[in-house]
Amino acid sequence: MPANTVRLRIKRQAGPQAPPVWEEFEIPYRPHMNVIVALRDIAENPVTRDGRPTSTIAYEANCLEEVCGACAMVINGRARQACTALVDRLEQPISLEPLHRFPMIRDLQVDRSKLFNDLRRVKAWVPIDGTYALGSGPRQSPQDQEQAYPLSRCISCGNCLEVCPQYNTRTDYVGAAVINQVRLFNLHPTGKMHRAARLDALTGPGGIQECGYAENCVKACPKDIPLTDSIAAVNRQMVGHLWGKALGR
Amino acid sequence: MPNSSPHLLIVGGGLAGLSAALHAAERGARISLFSVVPVKRSHSVCAQGGINAAKNLKGEGDSPWIHFDDTIYGGDFLANQPLVKRMCEAAPGIIDLLDRMGVPFNRTPEGLLDFRRFGGTMHHRTAFAGATTGQQLLYALDEQVRRHEASGQVEKFEHWEFLSAVLDDNGVCRGICAMDLRSMEVRTFAADAVIIATGGIGAIFGKSTNSIACTGSAQSALYQQGADYANGEFIQVHPTAIPGEDKLRLMSESARGEGGRVWVPKDGKPWYFLEEWYPKYGNLVPRDVATRAIHKVVYELGLGLDGQPAVYLDLTHIPAHELDIKLGGILEIYEKFVGDDPRKVPMKVFPAMHYTMGGLWVDNEHQATNIPGLFACGECEYQYHGANRLGANSLVSCIFGGAIAGPTAVEYTRASTAAGSPRPFEQEKLRQEEINARLFASEGSENPFVIWKELGRTMTEHCTVIRVNDNLRRADAKLQELLERYRKLGLRDKTRWANPAFFFTRQLYNMLQLARVICLGALARDESRGAHYKPAFAERDDANWLKTTLASFAPDADEPRLRYQPVDISLLPPRPRKY
Repeated sequence: MPANTVRLRIKRQAGPQAPPVWEEFEIPYRPHMNVIVALRDIAENPVTRDGRPTSTIAYEANCLEEVCGACAMVINGRARQACTALVDRLEQPISLEPLHRFPMIRDLQVDRSKLFNDLRRVKAWVPIDGTYALGSGPRQSPQDQEQAYPLSRCISCGNCLEVCPQYNTRTDYVGAAVINQVRLFNLHPTGKMHRAARLDALTGPGGIQECGYAENCVKACPKDIPLTDSIAAVNRQMVGHLWGKALGR
Repeated sequence: MPNSSPHLLIVGGGLAGLSAALHAAERGARISLFSVVPVKRSHSVCAQGGINAAKNLKGEGDSPWIHFDDTIYGGDFLANQPLVKRMCEAAPGIIDLLDRMGVPFNRTPEGLLDFRRFGGTMHHRTAFAGATTGQQLLYALDEQVRRHEASGQVEKFEHWEFLSAVLDDNGVCRGICAMDLRSMEVRTFAADAVIIATGGIGAIFGKSTNSIACTGSAQSALYQQGADYANGEFIQVHPTAIPGEDKLRLMSESARGEGGRVWVPKDGKPWYFLEEWYPKYGNLVPRDVATRAIHKVVYELGLGLDGQPAVYLDLTHIPAHELDIKLGGILEIYEKFVGDDPRKVPMKVFPAMHYTMGGLWVDNEHQATNIPGLFACGECEYQYHGANRLGANSLVSCIFGGAIAGPTAVEYTRASTAAGSPRPFEQEKLRQEEINARLFASEGSENPFVIWKELGRTMTEHCTVIRVNDNLRRADAKLQELLERYRKLGLRDKTRWANPAFFFTRQLYNMLQLARVICLGALARDESRGAHYKPAFAERDDANWLKTTLASFAPDADEPRLRYQPVDISLLPPRPRKY
């Protein structure tokens, strides 16, 4: 293989029902390329390595600086964001696959709407009375802010769900990202007033008890969110919550 | 929700669209929210440094009036003043609201909100959540709108692209035509009013600090349907971004707000040229001023790093722990994309297209466009920033604009008459389906991605930092050539399911049309004001050019017609802008 080209193997699927096929591409190398640049270069001239014209590769991407969460895919076997996947640091041929645990749309594009629906399920918000002028928010110490802020950086990419053995299209498990949001809102001085409703939403099918402690999630998080700590913290809250309920408190 | 409650369509789910949705929902409206991406992935997440509000928590005597003065002066007196004043007065309340929603703003030891400095002001006026403030603000509004979604008041249409407005025989907006980005179904949606909040236009410049979704396609489609587009020629080029192959990644102004210094080596020593040239504001001069200074250092004085277009942005003198708490988000971006640690080595940066001050024309009170029933808020409209936007004013203008557009759109529906015949809907759907059919049938030789590259190069070269009339004339001729070539393109991928090349090709046409508005607006304006700089007309010329550019589309000639409107300067008389 000449050093001035980049080789990619991409798992394609024309639609939800279509069979998956692998296609190989070889494109000119440019310094500072990431996987997005490679996909764009292919889009300009979608021809496979053996010279066969093909369709444009579908994938999701938006901000290209790892803060929107859109471009998650499986790159060389690892779930991650394509924008921060620099070609210089990837073994070739670079293999690209869609996230497997979400419904297929096309090629590298999947349907992650369950993630957003689950945020609704667990009431991941601070229940304000209204947008009208009600004065300033509650005072918080810098230490509390420094605890909450990292939890609040979740970009809903779904990488933690992709690597979770318990998360699939059959069970209803909400997964680490959503449990982390429960922890975040249960920490907030106003948010914690609705702690019980959030914990209730995490009981029953798909709730926190589905977690199998594989601890893959925390390793896959591109934002270094302490996801296993969050699951443990919410589990502790849950024990207290369920005991309280059992004792009629 | 009762079916009698007003029904709004909001296009765009960034800060402005979500703010409009939230405020309209509170007033009893039913809302259909359209977005090309899941709203939580909107470009607002890229805003880094913070949000301005004169809360005066640092004992500096700051006030909304000084915020207003800084904003108008920073915008070189091109903004209509009354609404800007209202925004600055509303800003402290907006911060309180965001704080109540749970935005993890950085705190002082007393538990109050911390504020930092930003460009174009001497005050600590910028509240922040690390260096990912836009992300945190967007999430807070997203969460509140999700609450209304849970109660059934808001319905989201994510992965849908706006194609056009549906206008009745009287030119009243009665709904929209949109395309599902998966099934590619074209559908019309009726409503009592429509709010456009579709953000920026970075893709017109090829590479910029904007996200991929920021194509300006919706604004352009509306302009081609008769909406006036104002001050298109005012394009902000941010002084500090990391050059990249796919995008130019922003390095927030907050880096300088926290003490970062810009320099290049000269005679073997660091030369802090901003501090030398602008002793009062130093590294915190407004963006247009800093960008021109960097341009001069690199291209006129030949002092770019290693002869390349780059200068240093240096944070290495600040303790690493402080940097992590206040700027962690951007340090991470630099580390991940460049590979160096900005705590230890100065960052290499260069200016990049960042923001459009221009946008859809709206009135000075209601965020209403000239098309009845059509409102606009956020970056896609032109109201708040004049000829140059101050850093950290964009987030506040998005939220404030949405907070006006939502309620005024609801008010409008109470006074307006019901939609008449279904015919305009059928006609618009047919028109859009015909465009799709033509594209699917296209067999020409032109490649849309090649046309886009040439568009980006042309616009970046001639319509950013330095503007020269001869070059602008050539640029417009090039844009016309690209439009001509567009008509000869061939769409290779004819898939009728989630076809990205198809969507992009549709957007490209609108980008080309809007590019001409920017280019011809710049050509006409023979003065220098804010971000618009012509060496041949180096001074601001209030006698001839203290006026708003209005571009309207002339369908027969297939090009913009320019006219002008006086600027409302009733509160602050213009004075020379000298930092």
